Amino acid sequence: MDLFEHQGKEFFTSYGIPVSAGEVAFTAEEALEAASRIGTPVMVKAQVHTGGRGKAGGIKFAANQAEVHLHASNILGLDISGHVVERLWIEKAAEIAEEYYASFTLDRSAKKHLGMLSAQGGVEIETVAATNPTAIARIWVDPLDGLREAECRKWVTAANIPAAAAEGTVALLRKLYRAYTEGDADLVEVNPLVLTKSGLVQVLDAKVTLDANSEFRHPQYRQYDATQPRDEREQTAHAKGLQYVGLDGSVGVIANGAGLAMSTVDVVNQVGGSPANFLDIGGGANAEVMATALQVINNDPAVKAIFINIFGGITRGEEIANGIVEAVGRVQIDSPIVVRLDGTNAAQGRAILEPHLSEALLMQPTMLDAARRVVELAS
Amino acid sequence: MSIFVDEQTRVLYQGLTGSQGRYYGLLNRDYGTQVVAGTNPKKAGSNVDGVPIFADAAAAVEATGADASCIFVPAPAVRDAVMEAAQGGVKFIVAITEGVPAHDELYLFNALKRHYPDVLLLGPNCPGVISPGKCNIGITAGHIAKAGGPVGIVSRSGTLTYQALYELKTKDIGVTTCVGIGGDPVPGTSFIDCLRAFENDPETEAVMLIGEIGGSAEEQAAEFIKSHMSKPVAGYIAGVTAPPGKKMGHAGAIVSGGRGTAAAKIEALRDAGVQVGLNPTEAGEHMASIVADL
Repeated sequence: MDLFEHQGKEFFTSYGIPVSAGEVAFTAEEALEAASRIGTPVMVKAQVHTGGRGKAGGIKFAANQAEVHLHASNILGLDISGHVVERLWIEKAAEIAEEYYASFTLDRSAKKHLGMLSAQGGVEIETVAATNPTAIARIWVDPLDGLREAECRKWVTAANIPAAAAEGTVALLRKLYRAYTEGDADLVEVNPLVLTKSGLVQVLDAKVTLDANSEFRHPQYRQYDATQPRDEREQTAHAKGLQYVGLDGSVGVIANGAGLAMSTVDVVNQVGGSPANFLDIGGGANAEVMATALQVINNDPAVKAIFINIFGGITRGEEIANGIVEAVGRVQIDSPIVVRLDGTNAAQGRAILEPHLSEALLMQPTMLDAARRVVELAS
Repeated sequence: MSIFVDEQTRVLYQGLTGSQGRYYGLLNRDYGTQVVAGTNPKKAGSNVDGVPIFADAAAAVEATGADASCIFVPAPAVRDAVMEAAQGGVKFIVAITEGVPAHDELYLFNALKRHYPDVLLLGPNCPGVISPGKCNIGITAGHIAKAGGPVGIVSRSGTLTYQALYELKTKDIGVTTCVGIGGDPVPGTSFIDCLRAFENDPETEAVMLIGEIGGSAEEQAAEFIKSHMSKPVAGYIAGVTAPPGKKMGHAGAIVSGGRGTAAAKIEALRDAGVQVGLNPTEAGEHMASIVADL
């Protein structure tokens, strides 16, 4: 789950990490009210799930209330790489002396937590990594040991953080590690981490990704579910508990299992088609979930043909075929459906489908044949 | 022979009294797996269709000599269940449960490595392992696999694993062992663990590797194949056309920051001499021609 900057800062605050005072605003008027409570000068910051906000004009300094109103009005509704700004974060402007970079993430190759720290902040870390790799100090942390203070000090020294900021940085990093681990984050990134002119080390921007699987430990994370970037189709599918990812083609895809669904998307592309979605209905593939999946796909006006690709494992071919027949009977489908059914008792399953076949419901023996047929029908 | 499990393996089911555990545990027993025990602290002394239930893994191991465990407990309980099995003396742990937090998986990997270095964890979020004709632990449909070899399979995806088993069966090719390592960010068992075991298994003469986008496990596997494997490998990578930044079902299946693309994985595998198919059928055909030339 990706958090907005302001959500990330609230998350940090709950672990005692210093951030600037701020408030959320959904209108220019709310921005004005927030700014009057906080006191100008303030920063007016677009809250979107994408980078490059500054370049796109989504972050502005406002010296007074008139500027707050002007910038808030301009930024609300702004399209930043396909994300339309609907909320702002109005924040006390910090007097910045220096900018650094800090993050923790999970290193899947090393099977450890990876901390990255650099005295060069405020620019994309990928750019620093490419142009000046030695400017990034890395630390690998065994979750059994945690981030020990002595190790953290060495790390801060290795990153060439100036003496004036060293103590504050060590303290902040230890809290950041705690937030990252106790909060079950996939990523916490502070860019920039700043030293203010008054000598305080604090967070200026926050990028936080939380692990949705950890919700049982953090029931409050459910609030972030509603602000995830999803298109309308994804929102509907998500509400129905389906594993759905919207794509921009014309072939609706339903498959059982994430790997097979991904593979189905690939094969449709390989034979010259363009998938409208990725949809994994899980191993069971019963009538209920099949009907729900067909409904979601049918609501997508871009869909011209539907590919149901099922491999029966424990679930037998007859059950899957009955599920398809029942689902097709229950939902009014506008596009032709091509079924590929293989695996356990596939022959029995195909025999059940046989009498129901028509121009609206077709069957093909292999994944490739079915992909070719469905792409023909969609074009 | 086979890797990790065979007809001697005695399996304990943590979560056998739950609906999923009972269903698959008894299916595994029907297949011929030695299902010797279950655990549930509240139901010790009872049984599930004749399989005795113990209070914990240690008691089950002591009474039945179980040397493997299969975990079906809910996600919040997986971390403790794995450590309980390791402490109880089990050497091979299969965690089927999906939805386990990544930090729990990272803890398990490091805790087992430090305190129980001889214990192997498969999963979490995996379909399990099957040595056809001998032992099936997990949720794979046993009858879609032909026993005997010469091919070993290792896969990050469940249904694609079944697809691979099925493709080989329709070509009358047998399988020594098929391991589903799961699609999560920190799997207990890696491609390399399986490739090494297949390389050392005299009955496995060729290996089929099924990967997907995200992470760098396939690239690491390619390096291992290049430098350590004498046996031929065929492969397939799912997610060639997946858009960057979108998670495709598995927690680990995401292309982010230009890393973890299928193209990079395919190139690395081909560079290591792996015959990569662009769809599962093509990969199966590659394997058929490899087997024909053995």
